[in-house]
Amino acid sequence: MDVKHIKDYLSWLYYQYLLITCSYVLEPWEQSIFNTLLLTIIAMVIYSSYIFIPIHVRLAVEFFSGIFGGQHESTVALMS
Amino acid sequence: MPRFGAGGISSGLNHKPVMNGVQRWENGALKNGMMSEEKVHNGGLYKRPFNEAFEETPMLVAVLTYMGYGILTLFGYLRDFLRTWKIEKCHIATERVEQKDFVPLYQDFENFYTRNLYMRIRDNWNRPVCSVPGERIDVMERFTDDYNWTFKFTGRVIKGVINMGSYNYLGFAQNTGFCADASAKSLNQYGAGMCSTRQEIGNMEKHEELEHLVARFLGVEAAMTYGMGFATNSMNIPALVGKGCLILSDELNHSSLVLGARLSGATIRIFKHNNMQSLEKLLRDAIVQGQPRTHRPWKKILIVVEGIYSMEGSIVRLPEVIALKKKYKAYLYLDEAHSIGALGPNGRGVVDYFGLDPRDVDIMMGTFTKSFGSAGGYIGGSKVLIEYLRAHSHSAAYATSMSLPVVQQIISSMKCIMGEDGTTLGQKRVEQLAENTRYFRRRLTEMGFIIYGNSDSPVVPLMLYMPAKIGAFGREMLKRNIGVVVVGFPATPIIESRARFCVSAAHTKEMLDAALREINEVGDLLQLKYSRHHFVPLLDRPFDETTYEETED
Repeated sequence: MDVKHIKDYLSWLYYQYLLITCSYVLEPWEQSIFNTLLLTIIAMVIYSSYIFIPIHVRLAVEFFSGIFGGQHESTVALMS
Repeated sequence: MPRFGAGGISSGLNHKPVMNGVQRWENGALKNGMMSEEKVHNGGLYKRPFNEAFEETPMLVAVLTYMGYGILTLFGYLRDFLRTWKIEKCHIATERVEQKDFVPLYQDFENFYTRNLYMRIRDNWNRPVCSVPGERIDVMERFTDDYNWTFKFTGRVIKGVINMGSYNYLGFAQNTGFCADASAKSLNQYGAGMCSTRQEIGNMEKHEELEHLVARFLGVEAAMTYGMGFATNSMNIPALVGKGCLILSDELNHSSLVLGARLSGATIRIFKHNNMQSLEKLLRDAIVQGQPRTHRPWKKILIVVEGIYSMEGSIVRLPEVIALKKKYKAYLYLDEAHSIGALGPNGRGVVDYFGLDPRDVDIMMGTFTKSFGSAGGYIGGSKVLIEYLRAHSHSAAYATSMSLPVVQQIISSMKCIMGEDGTTLGQKRVEQLAENTRYFRRRLTEMGFIIYGNSDSPVVPLMLYMPAKIGAFGREMLKRNIGVVVVGFPATPIIESRARFCVSAAHTKEMLDAALREINEVGDLLQLKYSRHHFVPLLDRPFDETTYEETED
């Protein structure tokens, strides 16, 4: 029963996807091109964010800690 | 200085439907008083509440709609590319190889929309109907095996489809009953064709009778009838105005008015839809500036408006238009194609609806195609005007005169509306239509659809927006045995695709309920319930700050 409910919901969701992206009016081969392209783009976005975001975050943390953190009170006092 | 607000007289605003926890005024103004200005009494011009609202397109929906058109356009380019490189078979008309360097007959890009967007959902239009187009119709079933390029009949008939699309406002589209009998009798007596024009041998006693009846129905001095509604507009405007004249036309005027205005050779200026500030600004500029360059005064200024706008379902602000026309001494051309028969306590159109004097409108045009269940058009006005048109109008001089069974249908139905057949049947139909309209509109608004137009207009546009939903809505509704009209570009702005229902007096409450139930279901399926109950009355649409002063006379 519950499985059927989820299945209905998924098919409804797919229908909404078809309507909003206009795949509803595309011919099957166009639809498959469109889906492939969209999936590729999404996969690439996810993959590249998986690869690059951690590196960028680490670099950013290092950079900002270089400015705001890592200074001892004594150096501040020396400056003034 | 009383301002002409959009809201209407506040006495009609006691009805406050509550839905989704949002309390809402019937005229669309939000309850928190944001638009309280709109409830100002309209300088006494309106004798009834004028509730007209156009809900704003939700931003997300607009973005998704443009995205959809973007995707379809990209695929259109892909398909066109494949067609030019002969990778896929080309179904459309193309230039012959021998005529390669000639001026092209088939404009390539102009048909881009037809070829690549319209063709995908073409099955929703031109469906062959094989019964009288009354409240229920029989539709011939057809299928396509090449994605809408060609259709084949299956041989089956879809019976008893509820017709929500015909302009059969008063339900006179019948094949039985007194109108049909009278027409059949007329056919026996006179035959179908007249084979001549009105100025020659085609002027029959029935034509004279019809013209007198129409004049009496409208409350004008004289009237003239034509065999085609579209031609009434497009052929008579050139007879009325010409070079050196100015036409002020509503931006949403029907194609026939646009064509007529262009054929006339007069200068055309467009004012914002039903926006009186815009109209007044144009009138004032026209009088102050005169004709371009020479600054001579315009010979004539003709304001062209419609009674009910067929795509928006809005009703013209006639009291204000008449006030302006009197103030600036312009002429008024009123096209009552949809409103005649369908509006007003006596079914006599928008003039009757507002309780105005028909003599204030210089040219009353209308059609017999809709409420009267027949064909043709008329022009009513002063005797001088009609005599002039009789001599000068192309559709009087060159068009064959109206077929008499058609004339008889108009006479019978018009007499019925006027109550001259001795029954109250016509009056009942007019009242039934008003009741059906209010019911249908109220229910749709309550369901959360975005509905455009005036609360009294039998034309009910339901907004669909996204291109795929145009096709899906038409197909899903036909699957549920409801026949609807879906409309997209170029009949509407590109993002404002809609379904247009035409309520009829012939619809029973059961039929309307059945239709509403199915619309509700399809609305849930397609996620069409966009309304957030945030209405923008028409005058609040941004426009420059010119004020509108009341006339002195």
